[in-house]
Amino acid sequence: MNARFAIGKVAGALITLGFVLVFNFFLFRVVQTDPVATLFRGRNIPQERLDQLRAEFGLDKPLGGQFVDYLQQTAQLNLGLSYQSRQPVWNEIKSKIPATVALVGTSAVLSAVIGTALGVAAAWRRGTKTDYSITTSTMLFYSMPDFWLGMLLLVGGAIITGIFPVGGIIDAGSSRAGIGRLLDQAHHIALPALTLTLAYLGEYAIVARSSLLETMKEDYLVVARAKGLRDIKVRNRHALPNALLPVVTLSAINFGFVLSGAIAVETVFSWSGLGKATSDAIRGPDLPMLQGLFLLFSAAVILFNLIADLVYGRLDPRVRT
Amino acid sequence: MTVVVGDRKRQRWVEVAREFWQARSGRIGVIILAFFVILAIAAPLVAGTDYINPVKARAAGLPQWGTPAEVGPLGTDHFRRSVWDQFVYGSRISLLVGLAASFLTILIGSAVGIVSGFVGGKLDSALMRITEWFLVIPFLPLAIVLAAVLGRSLLNMIFVIGITSWPSTARLVRSQVLTLKQRTFVDRSRSLGGSGLHVVRQHILPNVSGLILANTTLAVPISILTETTLSFLGLGNPQTASWGKTLEEAFVNGAIARNAWWYYLPAGVGIVLVVLAFTLIGQTLEQIVDPRLKDRR
Repeated sequence: MNARFAIGKVAGALITLGFVLVFNFFLFRVVQTDPVATLFRGRNIPQERLDQLRAEFGLDKPLGGQFVDYLQQTAQLNLGLSYQSRQPVWNEIKSKIPATVALVGTSAVLSAVIGTALGVAAAWRRGTKTDYSITTSTMLFYSMPDFWLGMLLLVGGAIITGIFPVGGIIDAGSSRAGIGRLLDQAHHIALPALTLTLAYLGEYAIVARSSLLETMKEDYLVVARAKGLRDIKVRNRHALPNALLPVVTLSAINFGFVLSGAIAVETVFSWSGLGKATSDAIRGPDLPMLQGLFLLFSAAVILFNLIADLVYGRLDPRVRT
Repeated sequence: MTVVVGDRKRQRWVEVAREFWQARSGRIGVIILAFFVILAIAAPLVAGTDYINPVKARAAGLPQWGTPAEVGPLGTDHFRRSVWDQFVYGSRISLLVGLAASFLTILIGSAVGIVSGFVGGKLDSALMRITEWFLVIPFLPLAIVLAAVLGRSLLNMIFVIGITSWPSTARLVRSQVLTLKQRTFVDRSRSLGGSGLHVVRQHILPNVSGLILANTTLAVPISILTETTLSFLGLGNPQTASWGKTLEEAFVNGAIARNAWWYYLPAGVGIVLVVLAFTLIGQTLEQIVDPRLKDRR
């Protein structure tokens, strides 16, 4: 790959990350002028001790100095203490990453595969009943608030029928291990993963469909047909490789949202991942937690955007200039 | 001379309207939307505000979690409030926030897009840097963080949605302006001594207005869904109940576990229908103003 293209993209990503850090620092300084007072509100602590704490937090320094401190601490993953648990924010966040990656990762893969397949099917049979029903149903799911869809599935799949658990990651008090534990987790992940898959699917279907329709107008497909190739071969060998490029970008970008994509849905299913942590932090309000989560979400998206750009540069030589 | 130009412009809009009505999706969208707009305007005629107040609802002897069969349209909630009244008045808030936020989105987006595309140079690259930054940053977490910091009010909600969702409009308008700038009528106007402002007002704006209109319509669904999600997460104004807020209260107070469908269904259905209506209208408009999209459907 062109080295200058890659270096340019990496530099761009670093600058964006820098903007996030500056934004994060100043936004929270606007509201939270004195974290010490907030953290120890309502406790009887002598003034000298408070001053001492402020000095420990570096709050007696000018804003510029505080910003440098903030950068150093962030680089060391020291994101402050959570107001709610009084534990380091990074420890809190770290422990919740796996649950979210499992849930949103599963649904991201499922929705990309199923959504693309639906979009391709719709485009190839454009104007038929298949096309019409696929377009209509994906649009319907696209119009729903994802958490409301989750509430409906929760009522249908857990409250009324009792097939699935109403929430959580594993059964409370369960001591199963190995296969039993895995099955238990699968049982719990089913409804939230279905919700997210249905919610994301529409976007893939729409993008895949319109991209394939665009490609189908190209002359080389007429040539392929004129050569006497079978329909399925024209589609799979000639049309799809080009038509699916936007889908590749979309999935890379959506994978960046894997960490932040399920805030409301995790809340509905009490899935204790980063999304649930976000909504708990809002209700606190637990500003250090929110700040840390926002930083992590942004970093993930920036990273995956970079990957998308680089992969795209590999797949499509036209953008490398 | 000016009369002729005015006539031609009006004729163009009449044509757009006719073409719009001929498309089935456009018609369906307008009908659904008209229903909810009438509902929102006629709210005092079809619902009351008394039973949205828990104290008055209690004094009137309404039960908690009353089913529609027991207490009339759409039952009551955990505070004995009438769900129907909340639904009707909630439509006002949801539509208002959706429209106002989209308006703000388009205002910022078009301004940035036109200035960036028309002026070009350093200003263009600076504005595009900012735009790109907003595009990369995850939209919902950014909105959450802003809303949490600014506090819970209707105006803040509108501001937060507007400030986080303008970049895609800016990019679209900018690219349109860049193509227009290459056209001969812009060169002609400039060589005849037309100032930059004159060219923008007379030649650029009329040519991007269709695109901007379609984009506004497509921004409304995003605004409404964002408002719904933010309200669901507890960032909505506690005093005014939008549909999103209703869903939050239904969820937090256990309407799901009791399967109080009359509480959690109406607001959700309302959101889906309004979002669908705006999407249908926007897509139809987009196809009419952007001929390249015509044979994609």
